[in-house]
Amino acid sequence: MDVVTSVKPLYAILISLVTVVLVLAFPKKPAFRDNCTVVSAIVTFAIILSMLPWIRQGGMLEYDLVTVLPGLEIALRVDALGMVFALTASFLWLITSFYTIGYMSSHYAEDYAGRSVDRFFAFFLIAMASAIGTAFASNLFTLYIFYEILTLCTYPLVAYDKTEEALYGARKYLIHLLGTSLLFFLPAIFLTYYYTGTLDFSTSGILAGTAPDAVLIITFILFIAGIAKAALMPFHAWLPAAMVAPTPVSALLHAVAVVKAGVFTVIRVVLFIFGVDLLKGLSLGYYLAYFAAFTIIVASLIALRQDNLKRRLAYSTVSQLSYTILGVALLTPSAVTGSVLHLVIHAFGKITLFFAAGAIYVVSGKTEISQMNGIGKKMPITMAAFTIGALSMISIPPAAGFLSKWYLTMGAVEADQLALVAVLALSSLLNAAYFLPIVYRAFLKPAVENGEEVKIKEAPAFMVGALMITSIAVLCLFFAPSVFLDLARMIVAAM
Amino acid sequence: MIEHFPVLVIVIPLVLALIAPVAGRFNRIYSWAIAFLATLFSFMVAVILLQQVMSSGTISYWMGGWEPPWGIEYVIDYLSAFVLLIVSFLAFAVTIFARKSVAEEIDEEKHPAFYGVYLLFITGLMGMIVTGDVFNLYVFLEISSLTGYALVAMGRRRRAPLAGFRYLVIGTVGATFILLGIGYLYIATGTLNMADLGLRLPGLFNSRLVITAFAFFAIGFSIKIALFPLHTWLPDAYTYAPSSVSALMASTGTKVGAYSFIRIIFTVFGVKVFLNQWVSVPYFFLIIASVAMLVGSILAIAQTNIKKMLAYSSVSQIGYIILGVFLMNPIGLQGGLLHIFNHALMKCALFMSVGCIAYKTGISNINDLKGLGFKKPYAMAAFTVGALSMIGIPLTVGFVSKWYLALGSLENGMWYLIPVIVISSILMLAYFWRVIDNIYFKAGEQIDVVKMPATPASMVIPTVIVAALCLVFGTLAFIPVGITEKAALLLLG
Repeated sequence: MDVVTSVKPLYAILISLVTVVLVLAFPKKPAFRDNCTVVSAIVTFAIILSMLPWIRQGGMLEYDLVTVLPGLEIALRVDALGMVFALTASFLWLITSFYTIGYMSSHYAEDYAGRSVDRFFAFFLIAMASAIGTAFASNLFTLYIFYEILTLCTYPLVAYDKTEEALYGARKYLIHLLGTSLLFFLPAIFLTYYYTGTLDFSTSGILAGTAPDAVLIITFILFIAGIAKAALMPFHAWLPAAMVAPTPVSALLHAVAVVKAGVFTVIRVVLFIFGVDLLKGLSLGYYLAYFAAFTIIVASLIALRQDNLKRRLAYSTVSQLSYTILGVALLTPSAVTGSVLHLVIHAFGKITLFFAAGAIYVVSGKTEISQMNGIGKKMPITMAAFTIGALSMISIPPAAGFLSKWYLTMGAVEADQLALVAVLALSSLLNAAYFLPIVYRAFLKPAVENGEEVKIKEAPAFMVGALMITSIAVLCLFFAPSVFLDLARMIVAAM
Repeated sequence: MIEHFPVLVIVIPLVLALIAPVAGRFNRIYSWAIAFLATLFSFMVAVILLQQVMSSGTISYWMGGWEPPWGIEYVIDYLSAFVLLIVSFLAFAVTIFARKSVAEEIDEEKHPAFYGVYLLFITGLMGMIVTGDVFNLYVFLEISSLTGYALVAMGRRRRAPLAGFRYLVIGTVGATFILLGIGYLYIATGTLNMADLGLRLPGLFNSRLVITAFAFFAIGFSIKIALFPLHTWLPDAYTYAPSSVSALMASTGTKVGAYSFIRIIFTVFGVKVFLNQWVSVPYFFLIIASVAMLVGSILAIAQTNIKKMLAYSSVSQIGYIILGVFLMNPIGLQGGLLHIFNHALMKCALFMSVGCIAYKTGISNINDLKGLGFKKPYAMAAFTVGALSMIGIPLTVGFVSKWYLALGSLENGMWYLIPVIVISSILMLAYFWRVIDNIYFKAGEQIDVVKMPATPASMVIPTVIVAALCLVFGTLAFIPVGITEKAALLLLG
């Protein structure tokens, strides 16, 4: 494979950080801040896009930054898997930057020109930089650093409202994420380093034949427990708690950047640290797959009982993230393809749902599903987009969710795990059970509250535009998934 | 001239310590200026000494030209040059910080005396580092201890003299144990030179005299470095001392004590006896160190006074250093030595940033820090960096030493020490995050109304620089690691 040294991955990270400096250096200038943010999002996406052709030809890009200690390097490398995540995150960040401007200017109108919104954008940009850093990390050490920065810089975003509830949620968020990563993830990295002397990702894994089986099993458990961003039960409680954040944060970070960084890390560890052969030898994959299956079902059952829309979406995220984990844990070609595809497709679908929830909240202040009677008649575009997102979650064509579910199911069949096929089917049913009633209520029930007709209309144009784009993207991905499908196949081919 | 540098590093602050109180009689600022010059000079000499050691190996200086073991020998090797550099740099940074801080916290007529005692304290520390003679070590230890008691007692709060007095009583007991240990070694071998002792002691390890001597050293130094459970003097002393004194003592005082203990263990007694004959000693200290790491952190969680919280956190950090030392393998020892360096940096940054906040406000309660993150952004950013470093987040110095300590533990097959290190880090997360939560995320009620007085740049700049170094040496970790690697190999022979 061709590996070329290139500064591009570094630029992709730095652009956002430079913008942070600009935003903080010229405070209280909302127009300047908004322009900077949008421009930096466009430039970041363009840089990442410009690397795509080379990656699709089977090449890689590399950039070494600094060697902290022998074997502990900060280095970047762009490969197919990293590209999938970076492309998704940076594209959705571009859309979200518009949405965020719309949301913040209407919901926090009074301090929109103030320093607190400046800081909001600054932390958001740092979060994006670290998500892309996670994608382009060439070794576990670099990945861990970006993973931790992502936790630390999203904490202020979750605590943004500074109410008791926000602070409580933020603390829960931090304790879960930082606590598990220090308690389990870091020791797992440490064990890997001790036994192999390196932390570089390799397509065949690096741990095979280096340590006794017992140590390998412990290391694997530590990794899975330590990557709490993947929200595998019982380490999922931070995600619903984080829903106190403003909706753009929930949409981009807690449906895309943060949680996908989690499942992305799981994929990295499974495929590039342990390797398929080693995990098959230890038969650890199946344990993980059943663990994920448990999360898929239980989280869906909890989602059924939530009346708060964002919380229902959060539990749905918990459940959907485990699809990705389940796929990679099965270790068969189709399952891994499905897993990588689901990482992308779920991101597009879930962000649409969150965008819709945020739009409803901004125009009506409504957060509970039981208050949303007839809202589809007042906000038809928003609710149409919501419906497309929901279809993708349930995996009904022509929403893209169908594709990843298809591959995942094939993977489960390939692995001879019929019980897991049943789990996937049951999960679709449960998804339908908690999403379709919302659609039904929105479109078919009358928009009457206390005997009066509700008077609301669509959200600001930036917000509606954003959710239109993402919902259309969900449909497009069904008809033209080739970019991501090719990249997923490249990952599988290298396994 | 350059061949006299090893002794100049002591003579200059010693002489200037005597001049400072006199000069202060003409103008108060002179005494500070002299302290500034003395510490600046020591720092420059330390840099040159380290360069010399790196280019031409260990330097031996014979006091008055008398050949050791008859005369007093000063030895500058990788380890002493390294510790000398840390101590002199931090002393320099704290001196800059001290000008305004001391002006605010200590009565004006006491300033000349303060800087005199302050320089004597630094002289004592420098002497402990460079000396190659155990009795000379005791003399410098007493200089730094006696001045330390006085410095603590100069605090503004009424409890400061009491804290100083407690420190005096307990510290004197510790020093006496060390003196007795030295005496016993002298009886056994008839020499006081460390290298010479190192040659003569093997073969005497079955002697009760030598065993008792080590026991006395162990107790004496455990008191001096505040190793749990002999730490009781430390929290009050750090809490009630003036801000600049807390910063200086927390970052250098106990570290130099640990350095001397390392010298006694490895240069005088030698690593072999602990590996072959006194095998239970390392185990005993590993247990003590683990308990210190956990208990110190747990006690820190219970504090409401921020300086006291930092003081208890020092108790747990001493555990880390001792853990590394008694792993008795190159990697673990390296972790211990790195932690001397790293902890000195981060504790200095933390205490100085707390000093910045206390300036003219006297704030010391964690709950009073609400909302200060935006009123005192630089000082609080320094605090945050220090806190992250204590927790051991990668790219901070705290991570590097913990990494080596964990590697060293596995090297000995002691995997069960890793959970201790990890849990202690989590406990640190708990008590530091409580502070950070207050600083940034809780709206200040009473403080919103009161306008915070501006903190002088001469206090903020050294604070920020020391905090920045926590990041620099955490990222470019190979620089300190390169030095400690050689130092550890030299100590282990």
